[in-house]
Amino acid sequence: MLEKLIVIKSETGLHARPAALIVKEAQKYRSKIALVKNDNEYSCKSIMNLLSSGARKDEEVLLRVSGEDEEAAFEALAKLLEGNLEA
Amino acid sequence: MFKGISASAGIAIGKALIYKSQKFNIEKANIDDVDGEIDQLKHSIDATILQLEKVKAEAERKMGLDKAAIFEAHIMILMDPEFINDIKNKIIKEKVCSPYAANEVIKSFISIFEAMEDDYLRERASDIKDVGKRLLNNLLGRETIDLSKLSEEVVLVAHDLTPSDTATMNLEKVLGFITEIGGSTSHTAIMARNLEVPAIVGVNNITMMVKDGDTIVFDGQEGIGYRNPDMHIMEEYSVKKKYFELKRRELFRLKDQATYSKDKRKVELGCNIGTPRDVKMALKNGAEGIGLYRTEFLFMNRSNMPTEEEQFQAYKEVLEEMEGKPVIIRTLDIGGDKELPYLNLPKEANPFLGYRAIRISLNQPEIFKVQLRALLRSSLYGNLKIMYPMISSVEEVRAANEILEDVKRELKEKSIEYSNQIEIGIMIEIPAAAVIGDLLIKEVDFFSIGTNDLIQYSTAVDRLNEGVSYLYEPFHPAVLRLIKLIIDYAHADGKWVGMCGEMAGDLNIIPILLGLGLDEFSMNASAILPARKLIAELSYLEMKKLAEETLILSTSKEIRNFIAENLKK
Repeated sequence: MLEKLIVIKSETGLHARPAALIVKEAQKYRSKIALVKNDNEYSCKSIMNLLSSGARKDEEVLLRVSGEDEEAAFEALAKLLEGNLEA
Repeated sequence: MFKGISASAGIAIGKALIYKSQKFNIEKANIDDVDGEIDQLKHSIDATILQLEKVKAEAERKMGLDKAAIFEAHIMILMDPEFINDIKNKIIKEKVCSPYAANEVIKSFISIFEAMEDDYLRERASDIKDVGKRLLNNLLGRETIDLSKLSEEVVLVAHDLTPSDTATMNLEKVLGFITEIGGSTSHTAIMARNLEVPAIVGVNNITMMVKDGDTIVFDGQEGIGYRNPDMHIMEEYSVKKKYFELKRRELFRLKDQATYSKDKRKVELGCNIGTPRDVKMALKNGAEGIGLYRTEFLFMNRSNMPTEEEQFQAYKEVLEEMEGKPVIIRTLDIGGDKELPYLNLPKEANPFLGYRAIRISLNQPEIFKVQLRALLRSSLYGNLKIMYPMISSVEEVRAANEILEDVKRELKEKSIEYSNQIEIGIMIEIPAAAVIGDLLIKEVDFFSIGTNDLIQYSTAVDRLNEGVSYLYEPFHPAVLRLIKLIIDYAHADGKWVGMCGEMAGDLNIIPILLGLGLDEFSMNASAILPARKLIAELSYLEMKKLAEETLILSTSKEIRNFIAENLKK
């Protein structure tokens, strides 16, 4: 299992468009991929779930990835989350 | 026969399409064939995704990638494992039909989102509603009416049309509108005139009287129409239609001419627009400028503020297309009858007297500054003039100008260029502003009279309230006197005055406005050429005398008759 704390940089937080990008990426992998906020786990493969995290700009969340392709998934998702999701 | 209020001239002949906001009455039915029900669910989800892919492609083509991205999120909601599994589990555990299960799950997600703290996320409930509606239609074997992809030409019959309905509508296929509510200055009416689509509003029960596919003919000017007319009426209307189009073509000869009265007083005829795509229509109708660009449409029908870049692109597009002709861009005029859900403005008892327009901009400068930055940056691409709406005092103009200066300083520090010849003006739509016009004009370069609100505020008549709309009277002596006052104050200071309300394009009133000395008239695209033709037939000096004589009359009826009689001569 891989974990990393990430600060959300997207202007609007994890809103529909950024969330859609994350889901699209996450669905490419077999691993379980989630964001953890206030001890709640939100699956990165479900847009409803991810949206309902309500993560905002500058908020800190934990990226948690576990499974057979966890390294590739972890790297891709971390890069995406730390980048500018609005662009 | 049906009758309503004339909203936009022209003759429409075509098949009716009833547009209703769809209601669902979903009953809880118990089922035995769980697999069959789940199959149906899968099929319907696939069908819905397919439809959304098409809507998305269409939106990309018409509105750009950016606006279309929201449909991508809609598709993802439908593919969401959590969403699908919840519905499946409900079908399996409770042995209920798929529409019921889907509806329950949709409702539960809506309530989760509606309970959220974040404004934006609370708004997402409407996305789920939208997607849910589409899915339920498919599950129930019904069609979702999507105005953006009408495939046949239709006469649209609706209770009311929202700004988002008209914004996404495929106009090439709409022959005309008929709505049950609204008056001649309601959103639908103004929009219809802008788009040159014939329209009648305020037709009681029309959605009950007419069925999909009925043949409808109507005359937007007269406000009269027929459902499934006989041969004679059909014939009469097709002749009328040809005649109307012929007259329109004649007017088009005036398209590239400047506007002069018979005795060579020059005035300027501008166009009112809501989006960059309206510029084409303005130029086609011979506009000499944009007298009012209502920027609020940039902010409406979306769930967050448009970025500086989005605004900049829109302003730049209009300025470039107008090729150096003047473009007056009005800063955000929200509130009143125009709401922005993401601003989260509280409901007010008197929204027209409440927190709106410049009041919001001054109170939330972080929003205002983004717009001003975008405006200043766009100024390099044409002849930009900035106008503040709803000014009631000198303090407000000064405060707005101070913020503008702040923004200019910030841009200078970053070496971002802007034009130093931008004229600043204000809307005069509050009687208090008219009365202190001599003080206000010292702070700005021009005035633009907003007559819709000026009439409403000076006569205390809610123009959207059908019960008192008969009191909404442009020929009220007080209204004409206020207009004279405003024009005289500006001219005394050597400045110019425009008008961007409905009155400016009204052929019955233009003679008086010309006589009062109005410099610029801004109107809907379709009113420009008839106005140019009329002004060419009028003598300014005669109209000046007529205006003077008019202003001593006691009642609006006397004024109306007096003008009509004199113009006949």
